[in-house]
Amino acid sequence: MAEEVKLFRTWSSPVALRVIWALELKGIPYEVILEDLSNKSSLLLQYNPIHKKVPVLVHNGKSIAESLVILEYVEETWKQTPLLPEDPYERAMERFWAKFGDDKVLPSLWNVFNKQGKDQEEAIVPAQENLTYLEELLRGKIFFSGERIGFLDLAFGWLANMVSVFEEVMGATVLDNQKLPSLSAWMKNFMDAPIIKESWPPRDKLITKYQALREARIEKEAPK
Amino acid sequence: MVDEVVLLDLWASMFGMRVRIALAEKGVKYEYMEDDWRNKSDLLLKMNPLHKKVPVLIHNGKPVCESLIIVQYIDEVWKDKSPLLPSDPYQRAQARFWADFVDNKVYGVSRRVWATKGEEQEAAKQEFFEIFKILEGELGDKPYFGGETFGFVDIALVTFYSWFYVYETFGKFSIEAECPTIIAWAKRCMQKESVAKTLPDQKKVLESLLSS
Repeated sequence: MAEEVKLFRTWSSPVALRVIWALELKGIPYEVILEDLSNKSSLLLQYNPIHKKVPVLVHNGKSIAESLVILEYVEETWKQTPLLPEDPYERAMERFWAKFGDDKVLPSLWNVFNKQGKDQEEAIVPAQENLTYLEELLRGKIFFSGERIGFLDLAFGWLANMVSVFEEVMGATVLDNQKLPSLSAWMKNFMDAPIIKESWPPRDKLITKYQALREARIEKEAPK
Repeated sequence: MVDEVVLLDLWASMFGMRVRIALAEKGVKYEYMEDDWRNKSDLLLKMNPLHKKVPVLIHNGKPVCESLIIVQYIDEVWKDKSPLLPSDPYQRAQARFWADFVDNKVYGVSRRVWATKGEEQEAAKQEFFEIFKILEGELGDKPYFGGETFGFVDIALVTFYSWFYVYETFGKFSIEAECPTIIAWAKRCMQKESVAKTLPDQKKVLESLLSS
């Protein structure tokens, strides 16, 4: 039976990119369905009724949601170019750090992004602490998963692009290259890696989008 | 080499209970170490420096943290007995999705049901039932979330059953009245030795919360 693989994404979603990278690295043909989250398609709502979000992978008519769950599904279904290590302990470690990325690192960076002035200065402290953990995790390695790009690199991949977009929009630095040399090097290596480098959304479009988003959020927070 | 398995835990932690059920399902011998949430042990701080929380499974000296990650680890290491996740990748993805849903939704709202008052509590109660109704929908008329056999999602959710008396007492509601299918499912799970021996008595959990 011919495989039918569809991916629901938005043009800018960093977590949808995780699935794109996995499919591309494994050489799996797929069709993209571009969503507009302000006007969700009935298909998206049918395939992800619980969260109504992207990404959603539809494989031969069956849908899977949540980017890290989708990554594990892709890994188990198409075994070429393995993304996770074979050893159960190493796998547990990659899952642990991927969860840390989504539960702590990303929200702490959003917290910096959504604020200004003294509030922002205070928010930068825990964000930088989180990034320091990643620096330690990388020490001595090119990629989080070792010699080649793997699950954990895909899980953190959004950092390689979004940190500099956030910093340009905010006019503030969160990631100090001097203090986090391994993480800075990883960001550059990942950003420019084959396959990965062709996937980034247009930077000017991202800047415009996130500028508008930040203005709207700061306006909302401002005392009336 | 003989396996050395240690579990750092708190008896009333619904996250720790997940690990205890998994270990019992697999028949793994382990040393249980009760931590003290008011005075965290040096061992806990060393084994989980990032989050400083239980449960932590220490297998031959190496720590694994985060309860659902630990349960998957247990399933992969002791793979010859009682699989906790299905073998089919699509079924596994569904199991992970719903376990994730439990983690992201059930704990937060449950806590607000007993820890808040007034309008905040009323909103929490409403959300609590919305979430459990979704879970009832997913369960349908299957005996377990995984189908015919007890598995990953059942383990993720059933441990909250030991806290139901807490939620009902503080929230002044009956979970059985709103979600009878969930109660029937929980009682079915309690017939399994691994669950019955792990989950503490509901009244004991309430007493310990009231006296803390």
